[in-house]
Amino acid sequence: MNREKKILLKVENVSFSKNNKWLVKDVSLEVKQGEIVTLIGPNGSGKSTTAKIALGIHKKIEGKVKKFTNKIGYVPQKISIDWTLPIRVIDFMSLTKEPTSEQINIALNLTGVEHLKNKNLGNLSGGEFQRVLIARAIASKPDLLVLDEPVQGVDFKGEIALYELIKKISEELNCGILLISHDLHVVMSATDFVVCLNGHVCCSGTPQTVAKNNEYQELFGDRASTILSTYEHKHDHTHSPDGTIKRKQ
Amino acid sequence: MLDDFFIRAILAGIGIALVSGPIGCFIIWRRLSFFGDTLSHSALLGITMAIFFDINIALSVFVVSSVIAIILLKLQKTTKLPGDALLGLLAHSSLAIGLVVIGFLSSIRFDVMGLLFGDILAVNQNDLLLIWIGGALILLILKLIWKSLFAATVNYELAEAEGMNPDKYNTIFTLLLAAIIAISIKIVGLLLITGMLIMPAAMARNISNNPIQMVKLSILGGLLSVLIGLFSSLEFNSASGPSIISAALILFCFSLIRFKKLSELKK
Repeated sequence: MNREKKILLKVENVSFSKNNKWLVKDVSLEVKQGEIVTLIGPNGSGKSTTAKIALGIHKKIEGKVKKFTNKIGYVPQKISIDWTLPIRVIDFMSLTKEPTSEQINIALNLTGVEHLKNKNLGNLSGGEFQRVLIARAIASKPDLLVLDEPVQGVDFKGEIALYELIKKISEELNCGILLISHDLHVVMSATDFVVCLNGHVCCSGTPQTVAKNNEYQELFGDRASTILSTYEHKHDHTHSPDGTIKRKQ
Repeated sequence: MLDDFFIRAILAGIGIALVSGPIGCFIIWRRLSFFGDTLSHSALLGITMAIFFDINIALSVFVVSSVIAIILLKLQKTTKLPGDALLGLLAHSSLAIGLVVIGFLSSIRFDVMGLLFGDILAVNQNDLLLIWIGGALILLILKLIWKSLFAATVNYELAEAEGMNPDKYNTIFTLLLAAIIAISIKIVGLLLITGMLIMPAAMARNISNNPIQMVKLSILGGLLSVLIGLFSSLEFNSASGPSIISAALILFCFSLIRFKKLSELKK
């Protein structure tokens, strides 16, 4: 299977300023079908801003954004929903699209919150709401997913499961994913392409090449560069149940 | 037997309740209660304009309210003042200009009380046509834009990101709000329009757990307020407009009691 991967999103030399301050400058990236592209960078480096530019929420920009699909699912970093609005999880699921009730059930089941279907959004905990947000974004099988810190507030076990789910979704739906994450472990293991931001694109490439980059090491410190080596290390052996190491051939 | 004028009043009230129910829900959801106030204050300017230029009152109110609403949307994007300050600015300045213009019209007899509180018992057949046709149009447009407007109400960024055009639908909604004020101004008057928009919806919020249910209950609450208000004004010879709002207040109080009971039952 070596299909030509379709480009879904292309951001070309985009800059955005607010109150005379550049939030991002000259950022370019592209997301292809079946690919996970991750934005990393310190606080205030313009990760969410870049995502919002790509989605068309920030409009007064320099540069170009080209989208080759209209089927987009978005999980924002911060969402303020006014609780004067009585709205159940099931109403929220078909907010912008019209997924079938089967699709809704499947999506809620995947993120582990099917039992909350008839609950009011206002009564959910932070982690539960985050799972509902992800379920909503994937329910109608989008071509492009933009996930801004999608697992914030989710318990540790759930975090790993959700990242696995994201990986699975990108393979099964063959959709492109633009992921923003602080979790370098995940970024370095589950991602096809990494863009390291600090107002501008610091460095980009496969996780392996980015980890070796000097600027990346400066931004994230010495320990960041060891993450990848630990990860790769995992692959050259397995553990038998009693803890002894089995080398792979 | 009921008199003709009373039947017309009931028909007019029902028409307004049917439209103000769903629009009122959006006003509550979007925290726009003061926006309604601002628009109804600016309606006074619209009325004086109508008398000044000798044009239709509803049309003039609609135009002035729309202009004020669009100025507000623009100011919100270009100034750093918070929304409530801008609303106050527009409400008071349009009210003031309206009163100044009334001063110049002193040669004409002008029933200010009638404007403030409306006179539902003086509704004629043309008013009825305006309410029912105008109301039907408003409801039709609202139904057509429901999904996009609702998405924009729940979360602007989600709606924008997923291609729902929230700016466009916010503007359309603002115009619908100006329209409902224009068609109902003669019936319930400036001061009571926002009451009619907000109170049934507020009552419905207490006893509903999803958006569609809230809209239905809000319409029902509006209808009951109109009927109870009008019949009690007939019975006790009280002012009809304020009686309708008082009825809505009583319904709201009942909804508080019922709400408590329901939540206790769940425990």
